[in-house]
Amino acid sequence: MSKIYEYLDERLSISDLKKFTEKKTVPNHKYSFWYYWGGISLLCFLIQLVTGILLMIYYKPGPDAYNSVRALTYDVDFGWLIRSAHSWSATIFLLSVFVHMFSVYFMKAYKKPREFGWWSGMALLILGLLFGFSGYLLPMDELSFTATKVGLAIPENIPVIGHAIASLMRGGLEVSEITVQRFFAWHAVVLPLLYLPLLMFHLWLVQKHGNAIPPSEEEVPFAQRKTIPFFPNFLMKDLAMWLFTLNVVAIMASLFPPDLGKMADPLGPAPVGIHPEWYFMSSFEMLKLLGKVITGTIGEAVGITIFTLGLVLWCLIPFYDVSSPKGLKGRRATYFGLFCLAVLLVTTLLGYLIG
Amino acid sequence: MSKNPSSNPSIESGDEDISRLNFIKVAVGGMCVAYAAAIGYPVFRYLNSPVSREAALASVKDVALAGADKLPLGAVLLFKFGPFPSMLIHHKDDSWVAFDSVCTHLGCTVQYHPELEKIVCACHGGQYDSHTGANISGPPPKPLTKFNVKVSPGTVTVTRA
Repeated sequence: MSKIYEYLDERLSISDLKKFTEKKTVPNHKYSFWYYWGGISLLCFLIQLVTGILLMIYYKPGPDAYNSVRALTYDVDFGWLIRSAHSWSATIFLLSVFVHMFSVYFMKAYKKPREFGWWSGMALLILGLLFGFSGYLLPMDELSFTATKVGLAIPENIPVIGHAIASLMRGGLEVSEITVQRFFAWHAVVLPLLYLPLLMFHLWLVQKHGNAIPPSEEEVPFAQRKTIPFFPNFLMKDLAMWLFTLNVVAIMASLFPPDLGKMADPLGPAPVGIHPEWYFMSSFEMLKLLGKVITGTIGEAVGITIFTLGLVLWCLIPFYDVSSPKGLKGRRATYFGLFCLAVLLVTTLLGYLIG
Repeated sequence: MSKNPSSNPSIESGDEDISRLNFIKVAVGGMCVAYAAAIGYPVFRYLNSPVSREAALASVKDVALAGADKLPLGAVLLFKFGPFPSMLIHHKDDSWVAFDSVCTHLGCTVQYHPELEKIVCACHGGQYDSHTGANISGPPPKPLTKFNVKVSPGTVTVTRA
């Protein structure tokens, strides 16, 4: 063993890496728990890569999409489990990404010099949502078909160029097998190609700048701040969280596998009680509520404008909140964050309660 | 269970530390193996699913070819015996014979040449006798697998010999 280690170390300098990770420290304070959520998202992403590749072995995009998912779910040994793990890991991925984003926001970890961490993170979140949207259509059952039709109505409402964009995404004027083929290309090729380098950039920045500390910890004099070594202390805790997450994915995937509805019928009516996946529920409900106040397509346009503005403001927060955390701008940024979180939670809940 | 080593003179603390370390090592190693198996087994079954289905197909003992009794003299009928390509030949002397069409050399599908009374493999020039399946020329190491043929009105039944 030691001879192999020596052989590799002489050529790859493993001991340098070991020394480096032992020297690297991670802040340790009462909010340290929130540091794990980026890692949880990363694990879920890796599970998505592996299960996604496995699904690709049997999945057939295009006109055979529904039947291939049917065969995969009911005929292939453990196919239901792989599909279920992909679906559950997607949910836990987006959930942990949201937790990660809000914890970064409230710890004010977007401040100088970590602005690019914040922006790359936002881009990864948007790509993550596009992964969810494009992947949802692939089984081509009633629900995914209708959800995609509704979802594509959003770009459709962008003034002037909206119709062209939506038609290009659909590959026609209606959602069809051509759309499935396109969404598959996005889901399995284009989005991963965009996501992976951006993720590397994001992780490199985390490594470069280290973990940010929350404002309350910044008040503690430098000499009194506690840290733990990255290796092995933090890594061990991180791995423990990974193991916990893996178990949650495994339990949920085994006990609650997703259904496969009836095959999408382009002439059939939308199924009763249709609603989007939970991560789109908030925007779905906001559009619905706005539509009651401002009727017609203007309501949709106003709603989409509000989302876009909110998202732009959210991304630009490092430019606004540059003063001390206790300053007026720092407090306003925190209130804005709380407001956005409250709106997201309330509209999501409303979506499930009043449907 | 945790005894203070200093209160028990019969146990030396050093030994106990080593056995605890060993216990943790074995437990962690065992858990890693258990996780690898719990993930690896379904993934293997998932990937192997079509293989096990074809293996079930391959275990069929006979295949009935409806209408094959009308096969003209000197003609060949290609059919699948389970998942494998096979051929039924009605020779000019009215004898019937059926072979597995997979060349025993490197697995190409062979072809019947009625004018030569031979079965030929295009890949590496292997040749078989079309009556017995014996390898007569080229690289094939073994004869073609021969099946039993039973001709009855309206059907030809091919069974594993």
